[in-house]
Amino acid sequence: MAVMTETGTASAVPLPAMKRRSPYPGWFFLPAAIIYGVLFLLPTVASLYFSLTRWNLFSSTFIGFDNFAQFLREPFLIKGLVNTVIYAVVTSGLKVVLGLLLAVLLTSQIAARGYLRSVVFFPVLVSTVGVGITFTVLMHPTQGMINEGLALLGIKGPGWLVDPNLALFSVALVDVWKGVGLATVIYIAGIVAIPKDYYEAARIDGATSFQNFLYITLPLCRPATVTVIILSFIGGLRTFDLIWAMTRGGPGFASDTVASVIYKQYQAGFYGLSTAGNVVLFILIAVLVVPLTMLLNRREGHE
Amino acid sequence: MTKTSRRIALACLSAGLMAMTALTGVAHAQSINLTYLIPSGADGVAVAEELVKSFEAANPDINIDIETRPGGSEGDNLVKTRLATSSMADIFRYNSGSLFQAINPAQFLVDLTNEPWQADVQASFKQVVTAPDGTVRGAPMGAAMGGGIYYNKAIYEELGLSVPKTWAEFMANNEKIKEAGKVAVIQTYGDTWTSQLFVLADYYNVSAKDPSFASRYTAGEAKFASDAAALRGFEKLQETHDAGLFNEDFGAATYDDGLRMVASGEGAHYPMLTFATTAIAASYPDMLDNVGFFAQPGDEADLNGLTVWMPDGLYIPNTTSNLDAAKKFVAFVASVEGCEAQTRAGGASGPYLVNGCTLPDDVPPAVSDMLPYFAEGGQNGPALEFLSPIKGPALEQITVEVGSGIRPAADGAALYDEDVRKQAQQLGLPGW
Repeated sequence: MAVMTETGTASAVPLPAMKRRSPYPGWFFLPAAIIYGVLFLLPTVASLYFSLTRWNLFSSTFIGFDNFAQFLREPFLIKGLVNTVIYAVVTSGLKVVLGLLLAVLLTSQIAARGYLRSVVFFPVLVSTVGVGITFTVLMHPTQGMINEGLALLGIKGPGWLVDPNLALFSVALVDVWKGVGLATVIYIAGIVAIPKDYYEAARIDGATSFQNFLYITLPLCRPATVTVIILSFIGGLRTFDLIWAMTRGGPGFASDTVASVIYKQYQAGFYGLSTAGNVVLFILIAVLVVPLTMLLNRREGHE
Repeated sequence: MTKTSRRIALACLSAGLMAMTALTGVAHAQSINLTYLIPSGADGVAVAEELVKSFEAANPDINIDIETRPGGSEGDNLVKTRLATSSMADIFRYNSGSLFQAINPAQFLVDLTNEPWQADVQASFKQVVTAPDGTVRGAPMGAAMGGGIYYNKAIYEELGLSVPKTWAEFMANNEKIKEAGKVAVIQTYGDTWTSQLFVLADYYNVSAKDPSFASRYTAGEAKFASDAAALRGFEKLQETHDAGLFNEDFGAATYDDGLRMVASGEGAHYPMLTFATTAIAASYPDMLDNVGFFAQPGDEADLNGLTVWMPDGLYIPNTTSNLDAAKKFVAFVASVEGCEAQTRAGGASGPYLVNGCTLPDDVPPAVSDMLPYFAEGGQNGPALEFLSPIKGPALEQITVEVGSGIRPAADGAALYDEDVRKQAQQLGLPGW
């Protein structure tokens, strides 16, 4: 907590450095400025322009806000928006819960701790598309290993990826399996950083291990929770690769997210429309994540 | 010390590289190198290799490298991007019809109207590679195809069924096959494009009832949802789903699974384009004689006819630096020797569109079943995508929904009309 007060006072003091001239000459910034301008600034401005045109790569016609009107009228878009939010909430929620539980397990005194920690992290390192294709095979309704395993137990497994009510959640589960390792690592760092004094004091007071978890671990690793939620929520909102590898937004439009709708418009040659879609996605992420960040960080400040 | 030695190593390396470049330059100075871009896929590559081999044998000074690209909408995108960035191969193979119109042929492709070999190309093909300005920009690559239904002849024989001429007969056959405990209709939504066949292959039946549909559709006057004949395609798909005729894993099965099932008798009917004959011949040669083919039946027996797909075209982009050599290769493909090379590599899959090209006598039954539709007294007509530049890109997702029972036929047709409107606007057609 002391650290936070320090930062607070430091920023309150006006910085004398502002008035001082930069120690570098102007030309020193030129290479970075050119790269930034050509590769980042120019495309951003150009994409804003092209989102207002009907564009076929060869020529473009200015049509005002028609693309945005079309994109928002897109019958699958509402479904895509809802799916995106469901997907982001489900994956980030599960990653927080599972990541924290795994981190508590992996910071306790268990055998082969280092090995188990790396096993949890391995899926993060594997290519997403590879994971997607592998699970598509495992989740095949009749020949997949998952349903064949369930059949041995006498259970008729569902059509994981072909049942329209289930497809999105199946993909979300795979996403959690693949991403929970990162959340776990962040939590491990958070838990390890909690001073041991608190636990010792709690032991003297006769706290149970559940109370330890609830009143010490959970509140004190809030910064880790914030990081995990923000990272996985943004990741969930813009998710594309896993969905595309596993269902291509299908069956039909059942697991479409905003990103896959945009990609399909691009594939179909509706370049202006898909650029408009990207602008919409950018706004959506900003609208959802900025308040979320502010909320989570303010709570943190109050404590 | 280390710095100097590294510098020396670098110098040696670059000198070596330069020498190598010089050497390769000398080695190929005599011959012309062309690149030929084709969609990937085992059968297509085999045909291209055979064509290139035969051509190079006759033209030893020209060397052709084959490049492959993905098919489907990913491939469409790649072709458009390479054309727009002036990096297209010297010759490329791409769809005719509506997809051909979408790559701005008049702007990017070499005009082939006055090539001597055009005299032998059939008019029905020329019209699907004609740019809006009336010039012909392509040559036929492959054989004409039919869209219809493959069936397993062994199952038909065992149950004593005959080839249906009407949709009611087809559904009656399906019921009998289902009662016999077999899969009546194979669907393979693991490859979503395969779901469109019931709708697309129904177009002959639409045009038989309403010959003006295509032009009214292009003008934005006729809609799938409101035209009873056009809606039938979506309804047929829904009927087969609702009757429970599909294979259990229809949502995940792939095109290759579908071919295996209809060839081996795991299923009785598979709606597909007849280019699949080549693929069945390659993968299941000993079961090829089990596979027959018929046109998708309509509601009246005397209007029974086949919906025909034109083959891909070969095109030369304006940006090629070896126009004469590229034209030579295109002329070879559009010649009788070209047809023969294709038959050698891939087997015969249907009638060629170059006059003088013939099919061997021992064609598989799936091909001979198709020929009567092209013969005197047979009825056939082009698919909608060759009569109108508009094809909505989301059709395959919509037909997956209708075929999976997620969305009723009428809803699906209405959604497709919306998709078509978007495509028409993108093409800048009047009246939308």
